[in-house]
Amino acid sequence: MVKAIYPKGKIVAKTGNEVMAEAMRQISPDVVAAYPITPATEIVQIFSQFVADGKVPTEYVAVESEHSAMSATIGASVAGARAMTGTSSQGLALMWEMLYIAAGLRLPIVMAEVNRALSAPINIHGDQSDTMGARDAGWIQIYSENSQESYDNMIQAVKIAEKAKLPTMVTTDGFIISHCMEVVEVYPDEDVKAFVGEYKPERALLDYKKPFTLGAIELQDYYFEHRWQLAEGMRNAKQIVLDVAKEFKNKFGREYGFYEKYKMDDAEIAIVTIGSAAGTTKFVIDELREKGIKAGLIKIRVYRPFPAEEIAKDLAKVKAFAVLDRADSCSGNFAPVYLDVVSALFANGINIKSENYVYGLGGREISTEHIAEVYSKLGKIAKGEVAPSKTVEYINVRIK
Amino acid sequence: MKKEEKKLTAAELPAGGLLEAGTAQDFKTGSWRSLRPVWNKDKCIHCLTCWIYCPDSAIKIAPDEKKTTVVTGIDYDFCKGCGICARECPDKIKAITMEEEKK
Repeated sequence: MVKAIYPKGKIVAKTGNEVMAEAMRQISPDVVAAYPITPATEIVQIFSQFVADGKVPTEYVAVESEHSAMSATIGASVAGARAMTGTSSQGLALMWEMLYIAAGLRLPIVMAEVNRALSAPINIHGDQSDTMGARDAGWIQIYSENSQESYDNMIQAVKIAEKAKLPTMVTTDGFIISHCMEVVEVYPDEDVKAFVGEYKPERALLDYKKPFTLGAIELQDYYFEHRWQLAEGMRNAKQIVLDVAKEFKNKFGREYGFYEKYKMDDAEIAIVTIGSAAGTTKFVIDELREKGIKAGLIKIRVYRPFPAEEIAKDLAKVKAFAVLDRADSCSGNFAPVYLDVVSALFANGINIKSENYVYGLGGREISTEHIAEVYSKLGKIAKGEVAPSKTVEYINVRIK
Repeated sequence: MKKEEKKLTAAELPAGGLLEAGTAQDFKTGSWRSLRPVWNKDKCIHCLTCWIYCPDSAIKIAPDEKKTTVVTGIDYDFCKGCGICARECPDKIKAITMEEEKK
């Protein structure tokens, strides 16, 4: 149950898509260029209805593909506009080259991204392979567990992107959150508008009195310096994420950080995961705690930049942990989030027994029973009864 | 001639690869010429056709005492000697002729 925390907050029933569209309406960007794709379609569809009804003064550009959507959004942003868009899966994949360009040009574009499986085979349901595939593009990635988070994250993303000068994507699990009606607290229009403030770009192409070129070629002697700047911008974004979260808490009341710790203080076994499965995991933890089992959860919210030092510190005291990835990396090794977590531990001199599970691809269900089994095995690993696997394991898939 | 160029560091470079406008002014291409246009001031009727066609903006123009725009010369810092001005100058006038560029 979501309780109203902000005195002027209003409790409403909205799906993830509806509430992200609502956030966009309140943010009131100058330009939205978008193309529909399931399960993100509703975000830009609802938003375009707002535009048509005169509820938001945004210039809406209905483009012919997602590649064009990001291209037009980039163009608008360089011109000096606050520009946003939304997509999913194949749409994100189609705009792949433009993602790198948006980041390289240091544009504060905010994108609502609904996590959906990548083809082939074609699947329209929720998994995180799409945005995991874009994790090297230089975009800040903020994952939402539920609708409330997706609303709050969209609002914060605008400030984070503009301060960090990095494009930012805010995600929800496809269909699970995007299409699920939840109780959400929304804030008044003026308060959201005041929080995001006015976009004041340092340079804008429409400022013809200070002309400049953006997107030129750079040869062997300069490209590397610019890419270093981009990576440094991502490193600097960590503090910016925390600063904006602090401002958000002071204004609206909810606390956010790089990740949420659920019963981690004395946890002996822990799961690290991203997205809606975290909600299921918390339910399992409560049950286990009743039986005296010290289970905990780290739910990653900000995956890029990856909060390496912090996660290493918070996992240091557990006896065994498992990372649940809702995307596989066909590396023949392990899945994306696991790689980031263990490299963080290793770099900080910490070696803890761990497992990596891939779950929920293509919207495959993950139940409380599955998660309880993970904790059960972690318990045995922690006691030394069973050795952790040396490869990635899979939950709820028919192999043989 | 390549001068010893001091390369900028990441700290010195503007973010996002931003380049200030108008840097072409500093890159003189006159040395590329093998043919040079020679402008005959007395034959010229100042129709400005050469100025319109020049791909390098290398025909110099200015307002005269009557505020009429007239050709004043050729900017040899940038002229690459393509010969379009000489070709486009009206047949009956031919105020521009191409000559060998003496090095």
